[in-house]
Amino acid sequence: MMTIQTSKEELIALSQFALAEAKKQGASSAEVGISRGDGLSVDVRMAEIDKLEYHRDQGLGLTVYFDNAQGAASTGDLSEGAIRDAVRAACNIAKYTSEDDCLGLADAELMATEFPELDLYHPWELSAEEAIETAIRCENAAREYDPRITNSDGAGISTYSGFNAYANSHGFAAVKASSSHSLSCSVIANEASGEGMQRDHWYTSSRLATKLDSAESVGRTSAEKTLERLNAQKLSSREAPVMFIPQLASGLLSHYKSAVGGGSLYRKASFLVDSLDTKVFPEFMRLYEQPFIPQGARSAAYDGEGVATRERDIVTDGVVQTYLLGSYSARKMGLQTTGHASGVHNLTADSTGQSYEEMLALMDTGLLLTGLIGSGINGITGDYSRGATGFWVKGGVIQYPVEEITIAGNLKEMFANIVAVGNDWDDRISTRTGSILLEKMMISGE
Amino acid sequence: MNLMDIAEASLLTPYELDTNKLDHVFDHLVGPKTDLADLYFQSKRSEGWVLEDSIIKSGSYNISQGVGVRAVSGEKSGFAYSDEISMDALLASAKSASAISKAGQNGRIKSWERQTAYTALYSPENPLDTLTESEKIELLRLADKTARSASPYVEQVIANIVAVHETILVADQNGHMSADVRPLVRMSVTVIIEKDGKRESAGCGGGGRFSLTYFTEADRIKGYVNEAVRQALLKLEAVDAPMGEQVVVLGNGWPGVLLHEAVGHGLEGDFNRKGTSAFSGRIGEQVASKGVTVVDNGTMQDRRGSLTIDDEGVPTQCTTLIEDGVLKGYMQDKMNAGLMGEKSTGNGRRESYDSLPMPRMTNTYMLAGEHDPQEILSSVKNGLYAVNFGGGQVDITSGKFVFSASEAYLVEDGKVTRPVKGATLIGNGPDIMNRISMIGNDLALDDGIGVCGKAGQSVPVGVGQPTLRIDGLTVGGTAA
Repeated sequence: MMTIQTSKEELIALSQFALAEAKKQGASSAEVGISRGDGLSVDVRMAEIDKLEYHRDQGLGLTVYFDNAQGAASTGDLSEGAIRDAVRAACNIAKYTSEDDCLGLADAELMATEFPELDLYHPWELSAEEAIETAIRCENAAREYDPRITNSDGAGISTYSGFNAYANSHGFAAVKASSSHSLSCSVIANEASGEGMQRDHWYTSSRLATKLDSAESVGRTSAEKTLERLNAQKLSSREAPVMFIPQLASGLLSHYKSAVGGGSLYRKASFLVDSLDTKVFPEFMRLYEQPFIPQGARSAAYDGEGVATRERDIVTDGVVQTYLLGSYSARKMGLQTTGHASGVHNLTADSTGQSYEEMLALMDTGLLLTGLIGSGINGITGDYSRGATGFWVKGGVIQYPVEEITIAGNLKEMFANIVAVGNDWDDRISTRTGSILLEKMMISGE
Repeated sequence: MNLMDIAEASLLTPYELDTNKLDHVFDHLVGPKTDLADLYFQSKRSEGWVLEDSIIKSGSYNISQGVGVRAVSGEKSGFAYSDEISMDALLASAKSASAISKAGQNGRIKSWERQTAYTALYSPENPLDTLTESEKIELLRLADKTARSASPYVEQVIANIVAVHETILVADQNGHMSADVRPLVRMSVTVIIEKDGKRESAGCGGGGRFSLTYFTEADRIKGYVNEAVRQALLKLEAVDAPMGEQVVVLGNGWPGVLLHEAVGHGLEGDFNRKGTSAFSGRIGEQVASKGVTVVDNGTMQDRRGSLTIDDEGVPTQCTTLIEDGVLKGYMQDKMNAGLMGEKSTGNGRRESYDSLPMPRMTNTYMLAGEHDPQEILSSVKNGLYAVNFGGGQVDITSGKFVFSASEAYLVEDGKVTRPVKGATLIGNGPDIMNRISMIGNDLALDDGIGVCGKAGQSVPVGVGQPTLRIDGLTVGGTAA
């Protein structure tokens, strides 16, 4: 077993070899990312092993720049010969790509210089036997929960840990070690009539095996979630308030992140072009980034270009504080990178203070949205139309499950129509948000 | 050289592997309870170029190779892989994969049999080499130029071209060795237009298992560009889509995404073996309107979804899934077929050596009926005519599926009138298939751009259908 230090040093050495090779082959600058990791995943179904998979992955991706022309290559083979070939392929490509002033490494003075311990690496010495036993316990808890649980899609446990190195010819080189573990269960319920089979699932995930929920609780919750779906009905078409559970609220906020992301903005392919300093959300909305949360799902001291990350407000009082830029999109827009070449590092949405129950009461009558299907979003106009499942709520109380409906609106209006953000965070999700209640959406059904 | 020679020369010989050594690996992999075991060697090269802002913005070259080792005992699969092809890596993987059933001394292959009788559905030629770099770039520049002259409102053109060349070799516990060399190319053009302060975007493209010279053929690129520009301009005029249940006429070709989602996934063998599909246990039942015949056909020449052999070494076939409305069969890989007492239908596919194979679709389409498309449209008093789609998704257990219309029109008194904004259509697979009331005589397949995702694995697929009338599908618009 290699120590963490040896593994890190080895990846740094490989990255330096790749950079030196790029220089030797004439590149004026270069950057390289290398990842290596291993893991185990076990799926069981009906109390038997279904799949036992051992993972061992490695890969290297590099970009070379000849002045302002770029070439990229990747390889799964980390031998020196393969790296040399990859550099050669990238250099060959750069002969044919065009000069583009906006290309190149992020500016040297923006590179991260401090590397706080983020506590992301906690490998799990999980044996196949133990994994199988745990997954079966999880699935049993679900199957024994209620006689209406008639079938199973199985339970799965997985553990992965590994290293990601990034280096560039500014002299920046760093390695991040991280782990992630999860346990999930998916079961199928049937009414006695045998009609209307439903499936749902539940999972737990963490960087630390000890922080996972118990196998039994994951199993039981998956059974509860599935049973709740039985006898789902269609709704007639109507306009109504919609409450997104935290998992889906996080998805809603991810559409905001895309819309103010450099890639969509410099192409003017966003409904939030020129939105800086404008009010997009109601006054009470605050979204902020905290890259240094210990064990955080998206914690990082530097982004995908080596640029130092920092704590910052993304939205304050409903007003756009910053776009989310990498160096290329920033230069295209005449701005400076915001350290978001690899996305936002741990986003939090401030809550307006309501618990889940209080959010339901506040909605009074409307749709509690628990599932979305399909990808009907137009990023340029913000038009939104997706398949939905959930519960019809009346007087703040869940009445019955609903399915085979769609919800539709426009994201710009949806953001402005947020009524409240709950404090019912779901710790499994990297975006820390509670449920989000929208004043109204169009629900299409029968 | 035949495919087997090519594959051995690139996947075994350089790593000092031969059948004797593979024998030894199977010794460690196969036990008395092993029903199925295989080694999947793969080498893949791909190259992509992107044009944006009228310049060749980026290019990339990717190399990957490795070997996946699998042992199956009953419903249990043991799997390990390595991105290093070597005897040591094979033995280590065999040891891990065999953990699901005790292995030892049962795997001795009696005699190796190289399967070479099948007819290749595409050329083994490396598509990356079929055009020079300058020629590839020229195609992208042509797309840019054509788009900018097609309409004064074109603000941005993003064009890309991708070529993949893949060699696979599958060796199984029965001593069967099969090989395939697969080309795959794809080009797409996306335009962003701006008119009177309003912006829209649309894309078009195509591809298949052939050489890049396909894109140099007369008016190919012009066709993609004009189509993208036409669709984007049309979106500017679109009115809000209707909401609620509507009579929907689906155009031919790409709208076959409907079949892929509404019935295709639900007829994959694994879900049916487990009894988790809305179609489970329904063979022989009327699951669709009379006249509806749906097939999955992996044997079409040059098609994106086609395969000479699947990723388990089984030649692909044309499998009838639904015939005249009656459910006939499932798509199977070796493991699920074995467990269900059936034969593999050549649908065992995997994204790469590092993933387990599963039953997957190839080219899935509905056969033509007898109605003239115009006649179908004329039959609709009020409804929606949807001709282009984004993607779709299905919950195979509840049967609920969606697909997103990107180009659709209102139908009023049998006439196609105004374009409507993109909207999601939602239905229940088994239910919707029974609401097909008219089938057009204009079967078409898509242009070769489909990607299907399942359990985290993506594979190229094809879809197709004739024009269809569906008597009631929920349309996720905003106009009451």
